[in-house]
Amino acid sequence: MRFRDEPLRAPRVRGAEGPVTSDDAADAARFRIRPYAITGGRTRARTDVPIEAIVYRTPAGEGSLGRLTLERAQIVGLVSPPQSVAELSAHLKLPLGVIRVVVGDLVEEGLLGMNSQSATGRPDLRLLERVLDGLQAL
Amino acid sequence: MAFKPSDTVAPYEAEPPARPAPMPVKIVVAGGFAVGKTTFVGSISEIAPLTTEAALTKVSEGVDDTSKVSTKTSTTVAMDFGRLSLGDDLILYLFGTPGQDRFWFMWDDLVRGAIGAVVLIDTRRLEDCFPAVDYFEEKRIPFVVAMNCFDGEVTHSPTDVREALAVSPDTPVVMCDARDRASTKLALLELVQHALVRANG
Ligand SMILES: Nc1nc2c(ncn2[C@@H]2O[C@H](COP(=O)(O)OP(=O)(O)O)[C@@H](O)[C@H]2O)c(=O)[nH]1
Ligand SMILES: [Mg+2]
Repeated sequence: MRFRDEPLRAPRVRGAEGPVTSDDAADAARFRIRPYAITGGRTRARTDVPIEAIVYRTPAGEGSLGRLTLERAQIVGLVSPPQSVAELSAHLKLPLGVIRVVVGDLVEEGLLGMNSQSATGRPDLRLLERVLDGLQAL
Repeated sequence: MAFKPSDTVAPYEAEPPARPAPMPVKIVVAGGFAVGKTTFVGSISEIAPLTTEAALTKVSEGVDDTSKVSTKTSTTVAMDFGRLSLGDDLILYLFGTPGQDRFWFMWDDLVRGAIGAVVLIDTRRLEDCFPAVDYFEEKRIPFVVAMNCFDGEVTHSPTDVREALAVSPDTPVVMCDARDRASTKLALLELVQHALVRANG
């Protein structure tokens, strides 16, 4: 191991920076999402939709495929095989905020199901052990 | 016609699978601009890193005195991420933090429910990682520090780095080459092990 002569920089000091907020409503407005997707000035889905949540079609969702239009049809059509909210956003080139609102609605309507453990806090020991085993097996 | 659907196709709701989709877990990859976050994610991801974006708004109330209308400035922030299947029923997502450290709301979203974070550092510009380290300490997110050894040059010992960062002595500091899958895997393993110790404690 080779060490450089120059010392490391001084220890870090805490600094403050100005806040910036997320705006799912701005997302929606920018992409002209139709009123059925975002209603009554609602800027967030009632259902909590984590960024990594994996979305899949329910049997009702399968049955709805021919009836849906626009973003709703695109999303329900794309999630077989199941994929995450982040992937939906990337593939459909729609901002996260829009995907979240629409996915939240579709979950409430029972057309989509969603897997995520984010809402219940950090992964528990069992899940962490599975991740460890999975990584080691790569 | 005496067609019985059950002879050919199982009715949809007869036998739902135990879990119709994998469970996601995520790890956040943080660090200063061009420290190798996207490279790190891409070296182990089974898909080429994807990009997602979110809109941001900065609201300044009462800027316009005559109308009392708040002024909004809108911009977007891009984030890239990768994916790694761990068996049939578990998918690990790796999210690179958005370039600008001031997008804290995005970080809040990213770390919620995360296993923890890998903070990539380049010892030639160590201060670039200070905001990330501050953030993860304050939010009590398990993190490891990974020295991205550009050109294979190890310039400082983990102890030096730990001291310069003023992080707790049990914070893992590992060497890494973000371009190398095996190296990335070791950094991730270090983090998961650290998270396990923290969860046990
Ligand atoms: N030599 C070398 N170059 C690297 C390494 N990691 C990243 N790079 C390069 O550094 C640049 C910035 O990396 P990138 O992953 O885009 O940084 P990000 O801004 O943190 O996402 C790219 O040109 C990479 O190819 C490394 O370990 N060694
Ligand atoms: Mg990048």
